Amino acid sequence: MTRHVVIIGAGPAGLGAAVGALRVGARVTLLDTADDPGGQYHRMPPDAYANAHPGRLHRSRRGFERRRGHVLGHPHCAWWPRSTVWAIERRDQSAPHVHVLRGETDAAERERHVLRPDALVLAPGAHDRVLPFPGWELPGVYTAGAAQALAKGEHLIVGDRVLIAGSGPFLLPVAASLLAAGSTVQAVLEANAAATMARGWLHRPWELAAQPGKGAELAGYLGLLARHRVPYRTGRAVVEARGAGRVEEAVTARLRPDWSVVPGTERTLAVDAVCVTHGFSPQLELPVAAGCRLRDGAFVEVDGDQLTTATDVHAAGEITGIAGAQAAATEGLLAGWIAGGGSPAAAGLRPVRRRRDRARAFAARLAAAHPIGAAWRGWLHPGTIVCRCEETTYGTLLRAAADPARNSAHAVKLATRAGLGPCQARICGPTVAELLSHGAAHHRPVAQPIRLGELARHPIEEETKETPR
Amino acid sequence: MRVVVLGAGIIGAACARELALAGCDVTVVDRAGPAAATTAHGEGNVLVSDKGPGPELELAKLSRRLWPQILQILPDADAVEWEPKGGIVVATTGEGARTLRKFAESQRAAGIDAVDLDAAALAGWEPHLTRDCTTAVHYPGDAQVQPAGAATALLADAVRAGTALRTGHEITGAVVRGGRITGVRTRAGTIEGDAFVNATGPWSGEVAARLGVRLDVRPRRGEVLVTAPMPPTVFHKVYDADYVGAVGSGAGDLQASAVVESTRAGTVLIGSSRRRVAFDDRLRPEVLSVIAGKALRLFPSLAGVPVMRAYGGFRPYVADHLPVIGADPCLSGLWHATGHEGAGIGLSVGTAALLRDLLLDREPDIDAEPFRVDRPAVQAEGENG
Amino acid sequence: MSPRLARASGKAAGRWEIPLRITVDGEPLTGIEGQTIAGVLLASGRVAWREGPSGSPRGVFCGIGACFDCLVTVNGVRDVRACRRRARDGDAVATQSRAREDAR
Repeated sequence: MTRHVVIIGAGPAGLGAAVGALRVGARVTLLDTADDPGGQYHRMPPDAYANAHPGRLHRSRRGFERRRGHVLGHPHCAWWPRSTVWAIERRDQSAPHVHVLRGETDAAERERHVLRPDALVLAPGAHDRVLPFPGWELPGVYTAGAAQALAKGEHLIVGDRVLIAGSGPFLLPVAASLLAAGSTVQAVLEANAAATMARGWLHRPWELAAQPGKGAELAGYLGLLARHRVPYRTGRAVVEARGAGRVEEAVTARLRPDWSVVPGTERTLAVDAVCVTHGFSPQLELPVAAGCRLRDGAFVEVDGDQLTTATDVHAAGEITGIAGAQAAATEGLLAGWIAGGGSPAAAGLRPVRRRRDRARAFAARLAAAHPIGAAWRGWLHPGTIVCRCEETTYGTLLRAAADPARNSAHAVKLATRAGLGPCQARICGPTVAELLSHGAAHHRPVAQPIRLGELARHPIEEETKETPR
Repeated sequence: MRVVVLGAGIIGAACARELALAGCDVTVVDRAGPAAATTAHGEGNVLVSDKGPGPELELAKLSRRLWPQILQILPDADAVEWEPKGGIVVATTGEGARTLRKFAESQRAAGIDAVDLDAAALAGWEPHLTRDCTTAVHYPGDAQVQPAGAATALLADAVRAGTALRTGHEITGAVVRGGRITGVRTRAGTIEGDAFVNATGPWSGEVAARLGVRLDVRPRRGEVLVTAPMPPTVFHKVYDADYVGAVGSGAGDLQASAVVESTRAGTVLIGSSRRRVAFDDRLRPEVLSVIAGKALRLFPSLAGVPVMRAYGGFRPYVADHLPVIGADPCLSGLWHATGHEGAGIGLSVGTAALLRDLLLDREPDIDAEPFRVDRPAVQAEGENG
Repeated sequence: MSPRLARASGKAAGRWEIPLRITVDGEPLTGIEGQTIAGVLLASGRVAWREGPSGSPRGVFCGIGACFDCLVTVNGVRDVRACRRRARDGDAVATQSRAREDAR
């Protein structure tokens, strides 16, 4: 009997899953909010490395194009672009039902569909995590991912005097795209100390030897910055943005290894854009709705076959750990294979698992090299906005949480409205959870906005003629 | 007297405050934190409009009198977000209109302010409401609070009056000496007292069982939709006369009716459903769909408004739809304050006053007899869920 | 300086340039097919078009639909993420303000 596998997200992981599921004869429905597959492909940290090296870029690009063509042209694959999963409905004994809206982004009368798959592969990806700092709500302050998406996707550069700051290897390809587009990058600031990064990268060097391309890519980026005379500084951060109606100045400061500011090292720099990232936030609302258990409250827990703790739900890519496009594609392949009914013992999976495990080791190294320093909250003033949507300040949050009679996650949120605005805590959720020592919930049963008129209509049921059960 | 209140939701908070202000030595125990469960998942209703003449309406009237008095002396009354905005109940069918008019008439006889609205007045007060209403009644007494804010403000006042707060302690059993409860066990040790108040809402049946007594209070799930912030569109609490029927229903299957109102944040809350599904917290899109459809019948212009969140909560349900307030008939020293279903936010302050008077052997303001714990609906062998 | 379109690579850019026109609060703006509404706004030199609850200016922040800072009304439909919605020739875009909405 043909299994129907629904794959949410058509980035490297989702596309890999489609390849895997089709290979074992499953019927696939591949969904993505975008017009085309690829996801935030160009924004993923390991691609980031690939981009520095034209040959590698070509190779990974060619592989992607090949997979894309194979999947979209496959007779057993239904490709659903511009498709938004607004709810996942957990069932008792089977894979969850998937509630989808089809149509342009945030349009008013999208088609409502329900899919009832035999197995589900979740590959929704991640977005930038940005820690708050005074003035981060000013126009002209972008996430690094936004600057990258605009440069790559629309040939649009966010400014001509740009400061790139935060932490992680993703800072480098963002600088590269802006430079390629003709922008002036004033500096790239990595908040972690060189020693912290070296400890992370050089720990267990034999693992790094298995990923020989990575070091060369890093060197490629640093060479590019040097040619453009862009300083790459470690142990330094943007601790404030200033301006009337938009960013005009950035205050940078030297940081200690715990990210506390070294007093007296503040410098003010004229800028027209600041691009910031402090890592990635996996998009966890769908796995949480599907009933998947999380690992350390931050990533989806999966076993060696990419199976989550929820019945017939598999996960791949950044939601299982930030490891980049190659790892995501490999995890996807494995997830799709198993979800489609393939044998976990198949000999062909052995090298796939090996590649996956190497990529995971690399992810662990990344995390170790670019930790978030615990003293970052020292950048905040009482008036600093933490929740951008509702403009809840740091001081308001601290006051609300100071009284034990008011300090539960729900009570603080409802009193301060932190996390209750249009973004539904996607941006401030992890930060508020950390500041108040509450766990981050990632609980968004309405995973994407749905208009009342759309919700009131009956959904279009999946045609089940093709796959009798 | 040492009183231990089990539950830091709004009922527990209100009871703790009244008892502490009356001079008791109060401890509040909760397995989680303040206002973390049922209280945080409701709409904050303080309603007289949905209750027919009878004991619950008397409790609602008492509560409605007490709220403004408490807000006057509560140090941080702002956090309660008290909005005496009034309710408008509408009917959209001929049959619904007759039922609503009769219902309002009976409420007027019981002393409730219920004003018939003509079409012009209705259109003036709620310009976005459908013109297809067959009748409309305005209840100036209906109000709204931010429920977690209300509960924590009451709890903070209780703490100021000397209440000790112990969160993160789950009740595992009772210490009983000579037929009298003298302590509750938690994993962190035993908490002793002279009296114990079970205010654990939908979990109060389970907590009662752990303490060794029977209490047939069951969870009933309710869902609410929250729209994105938007320009002012809904100015009162507006609901379909069906709501009264859904509140009064005992059916386990889905009951839904439209209840639409704005919040201070600019969002619109859209309720509500009632389902008996035990403690199953899974989202059911078809339930949200039914709520949306009913709301659009009242406010067709909301069709393009995005729903950004849905939340559900468990409400303490009793088969005869009356709260449970009083002494346990089997275990001396144990009291209950629970069973309010979806009305607990509004009824909390009246419940607390009543419980205080019963516990301290004073003359209560209203007849507490109908809420007694030994009535058949509460002592029955409960079916599951 | 403001955000701008990079036109360095002639041929690659040329492939893009099927022009389109939208209006923003009645003012005509020119864009290129394939651009998002946010892209058209940024390329025309606007960095902010929405107001937060206090009236603070907002524009693009996350660029991929997570932060909801860039919401606009498109052809009468509220709360459309400008960073995700492709501009279409003739789109009538209106800006939104939380501050105006909350004032009552």
